Amino acid sequence: MENSSTPSIDTDASLLHRIDTLNRHYGNTIDEDQLEEWPTFFIRDGRYMVTTRQNHEAGMPVGLILCDNRAMMEDRISALRIANLFEPHTYRHLIDPPVINEKSGTEYALQTSFVCFRTVQASGPEIFCTGKYLDKIIDDDGILRFKERIVVCDSERIDTLIVIPI
Amino acid sequence: MMASLNFKPNDFSEIPYTVYSDEEIYQQEQKHLFQGKAWHFLGLDIELPNPGDYKTMPVGDTSVIVVRNKNGNLNAMVNRCAHRGNLVCVEDHGNLDCLTCVYHNWTYDLDGNLATIAFEKGIQGQGGMAEDFDKSCHALQRLRVEEYCGLVFGSFSEEVQSLPEYFGPEMCKNIQRVLGRDMEILGRFQHGLDGNWKLYMENVRDTYHATLLHSFMTTFRLNRLSMKGAVEVSEGGLHHLTYSIRSQDNDQGQYNAKEIRAQNDEIALKAPELLESWQEFDCGTTLAIQSLFPNFSIQQLSNVITLRLIVPKGPLKSELTWWVLGAVEDTSEQRAMRIRQSNLVGPGGYIAMEDGAVVGWVRRGITGAEGKKSVLAMGGRDVERISESRCNELAVRGFWQGWHGLMEN
Repeated sequence: MENSSTPSIDTDASLLHRIDTLNRHYGNTIDEDQLEEWPTFFIRDGRYMVTTRQNHEAGMPVGLILCDNRAMMEDRISALRIANLFEPHTYRHLIDPPVINEKSGTEYALQTSFVCFRTVQASGPEIFCTGKYLDKIIDDDGILRFKERIVVCDSERIDTLIVIPI
Repeated sequence: MMASLNFKPNDFSEIPYTVYSDEEIYQQEQKHLFQGKAWHFLGLDIELPNPGDYKTMPVGDTSVIVVRNKNGNLNAMVNRCAHRGNLVCVEDHGNLDCLTCVYHNWTYDLDGNLATIAFEKGIQGQGGMAEDFDKSCHALQRLRVEEYCGLVFGSFSEEVQSLPEYFGPEMCKNIQRVLGRDMEILGRFQHGLDGNWKLYMENVRDTYHATLLHSFMTTFRLNRLSMKGAVEVSEGGLHHLTYSIRSQDNDQGQYNAKEIRAQNDEIALKAPELLESWQEFDCGTTLAIQSLFPNFSIQQLSNVITLRLIVPKGPLKSELTWWVLGAVEDTSEQRAMRIRQSNLVGPGGYIAMEDGAVVGWVRRGITGAEGKKSVLAMGGRDVERISESRCNELAVRGFWQGWHGLMEN
């Protein structure tokens, strides 16, 4: 029933399920404060960027957070644990099922909507951020990892600060 | 001056906490600072390259349209239709041939002159504007506009000096040094802060806190107060510049591990490329923070060049915008270094996130502190024009001298 005016929608149920599981595991790892595990969702030279819709659409290269490899992600987590000062807070991610935009061999390009709630000590929860993940995922011998995850926040405005990855 | 303000004559080392919460003071600031004898940052000229390009910017509580006219000149006018006060531009940027208020379709040219009125002559001879109505008396309210090194400023005041005189020669020299070349925008971010805008401006001018609050810097030896540097304050306290030069670090062991949180030599970055840099400036300056009164600042931190504007949103809230800049002449390697280093700044910046947080913490700390004052006595109580010690609150005292001078006006 495909017609040229509608985008092709991948319905590979088993792949979609695997990616959905990856995303839920990713969100859970952050929400449960297992942040040291977070870099392992990426390949060694994987890229992670948090940006805004406006910056993304304007092609701006600077991110709110920008890591070019796993080591930079590990530094983000050590700084958060040891150096940076902020009020303790937790996230709760709600992540939509993914949409596969492109498949090429064992590499997939996807986008996925999310909501991230934030609870700061006794206040909240409040909606900290809504947006989409723009992902490049590699199937590495049966293990799915991010080659790139760009977090595009809908709003240009962040409340106070961002220190925990989204 | 309001009765609630109670500064000692010529002493800006004790600040009544009411200045961060009082509604009347807030309204006076709108009048004397934001609509008074000061210049306000409206953006970069490169944001509006073509005729008809416009953006809206807040000057205090007032929305202002900044637009490039058909002759290529920049104009700024209040975003308020001369008819009923509706916003003329609802979108925050775009390109237009003329400015049209959607409410009753009044149109203005790009200089703010009222050009057409819907049904000006009525319909079939009925109605129409009053006979004595003169379109030339109903333009959009214009601001003065001046540019310096690609930065666009506007003022409601006809009396304030020209922009370079307002900044003074010492301040101009640093603006020239950092921005006196073709620049490009690499990103723009905003965060809402949970406190009065002045708490953030004090922080920008507070050279005392830098290595204490931002332990990322001391941990990775980015900046120490013992490096060679200085604080300069302009005449009357309005603007300030602080800088340091890393190659002349003079540490004499003042940084005791027991005194400085997380000062630990075992901590090393796993990805030290974050801090890879090149000597961009002949003078060797590795950190320069400059504030331009009332609410704008320019930073050079290694190779990260940023602009910050803190806009008041009522007495107890504010909104901070960052522009991250590069130079058009950058090589691709230099550009990559700037982009990596930009992890240091912004709402998620390794050495910037605490500044946003502390605004909210102070706001909460001083709730209920009416009648009490903060103390700014580090480095004495005077506002000297220059000090080589950055363990000093003189630039914060200078802010209050400048603030008080304009508010008394």
